[in-house]
Amino acid sequence: MDKGLQSEGKMIDVQQMIERNKNKKSFGERIEKIIPFFLLLCAAVSVLTTVGILFTLLRESIGFFSNVSLIDFYTGTSWSPWSGEYGVAPLIGGTLLITLIATLVAVPLGLMSAIFLSEYANDKVRRVIKPVLEVLAGIPTVVYGYFALTFITPMFQAFIPDLGIFNALSGGFVVGIMIIPMVASLSEDAMNSVPNALREGAYGLGATKLEVVFKVVLPAALSGIIASIVLAISRAIGETMIVTIAAGATPNLTFDPSESIQTMTAFIVQAATGDTTFGSTIYYSLYAVGMTLFVFTLVMNLIAQYISRKFREEY
Amino acid sequence: MLGQNEQNIKKRMEGRVAINKVLMVLFGLATTVGLVFLVLLFYRVLTQGIGYLSLDYILNFPAPYPEEAGIYAGLIGSIFLMVIVAIFAVIIGVATAIYLEEYAPKNKFTDFIRVNIQNLAGVPSIVFGLLGLTFFVYMFNFGYTLIAGGLTMALLILPVIVVAAQEAVRSVPAEIKEASYGMGASKWQTIARVILPAAIPGILTGAIIALSRAIGETAPLIIVGAATAIYTLPDSLLAKYTVMPIQIYNWTGRPQEEWQFVAGAGIIVLLAVLLLMNSIAVLIRNKYQRRL
Repeated sequence: MDKGLQSEGKMIDVQQMIERNKNKKSFGERIEKIIPFFLLLCAAVSVLTTVGILFTLLRESIGFFSNVSLIDFYTGTSWSPWSGEYGVAPLIGGTLLITLIATLVAVPLGLMSAIFLSEYANDKVRRVIKPVLEVLAGIPTVVYGYFALTFITPMFQAFIPDLGIFNALSGGFVVGIMIIPMVASLSEDAMNSVPNALREGAYGLGATKLEVVFKVVLPAALSGIIASIVLAISRAIGETMIVTIAAGATPNLTFDPSESIQTMTAFIVQAATGDTTFGSTIYYSLYAVGMTLFVFTLVMNLIAQYISRKFREEY
Repeated sequence: MLGQNEQNIKKRMEGRVAINKVLMVLFGLATTVGLVFLVLLFYRVLTQGIGYLSLDYILNFPAPYPEEAGIYAGLIGSIFLMVIVAIFAVIIGVATAIYLEEYAPKNKFTDFIRVNIQNLAGVPSIVFGLLGLTFFVYMFNFGYTLIAGGLTMALLILPVIVVAAQEAVRSVPAEIKEASYGMGASKWQTIARVILPAAIPGILTGAIIALSRAIGETAPLIIVGAATAIYTLPDSLLAKYTVMPIQIYNWTGRPQEEWQFVAGAGIIVLLAVLLLMNSIAVLIRNKYQRRL
């Protein structure tokens, strides 16, 4: 009897222990279940941001296009919203002009820097120059704008006497300087991932370093290089402060870089700082222009992603 | 006969080697162009701004005369804004990274989140300004306040923090995780007590770099209405504010030459803050850089 009771008592203890552990466990289990849900909610914020951007741009653009016809907006060649002319071509033209100038500066300089760093420079030099070059990308764009207006423009004026204070040339030039590290760094990564066996094969055939660069490394890294250029162009299209400060506020459909122009981004800044009342057509035009800008950069980013995914060379 | 042939080969080689040398110099020169402009920029800003930089400049509010103008409101506004941005962006960013690295099932939705974050990183900052204007300023009715600016900026740098945190979480070796599971730890215990502590230096470095990008951003804050001239410090989340880049932009746009020097002094302060943040990031990286 005694023995039985004793063992029964122990049994109860064990059962209680199990019970207690079970309770503990269920609390832990609850946390284990809540946490992933909370984390998923946080991950959803970035998706919501995209949805929010699309919703904002679409809804307010639709408000705009109920006042101004879509056709007038995209075919009109005069942008003067304060007197009711909404042809976006001058803003797109200004943006493309800046982007073209920036590309002409950044692509050759960036590619040559990438070739130098990846193929010619030794490890020591590369480890110093690469981070220093990347400082260029970290400088606030308002500082670049100041630099373009107070230094680059006067410098250019010494060579081109009729250059105005505000002009597309210095704006585009400085945007180009800003995106050099983007081209250089991403292209260098692409060239670095070309395996040495390919280079050594070419050296074995008696090629010089330059021939290896142009006939082996560049073709092999081409997809990465193009992707880096497309991304840099996308950055130039969306650049705001440099062009707002240095390129002026004259919506002007011209291909003369010495003239003052206005880009899509610069117009958005101008209208947002000016007397734009909520709900007015000018207020809505911010979003129609923003939508156009968004589509431009989105297309460029998708092209860059497509190129680097589709044409990725696997070694 | 053989000697002639060798000489021909030598001649051709010499030409090719010479071109190689010339272009090597050219590539080297091209690399220095960016560096030259960096030096020019720093030189220009320093020489223009140093005359106006003083303790008074740092502790003064904006003023109608360049001699009396200061950047105090912008400096404090930038710091307040960064605190808000840091709280929101780091919490949401790190949580997103942990979800994607540790919990996310391999399906289309997860892929969609990943691609979406990649695309968000490529959206021009001014478009984020329009997003903030619609949602935070008008829809949530925050108006042109600190919290509206802070939330806009938090969304802007979120993709950068997510990517940095993902890399930090991914770099924690699988052996440590498995050891933790082997001891009977649950998934969340492993994440909270093993993975996160090991990933914190990487996360902090990425967060500081993202924040230093945010501190120089101007365009979105112009759109969500940061003030250009303000004579009080923000005392609540719903207070008006200004930041250093906005003040610099405002001074740069004025016609009198003295304002350029005031702007230059502001740029020195802004760059000093940036330098400080980047040094902290480097320090953290160096201090905790050990192989796990």
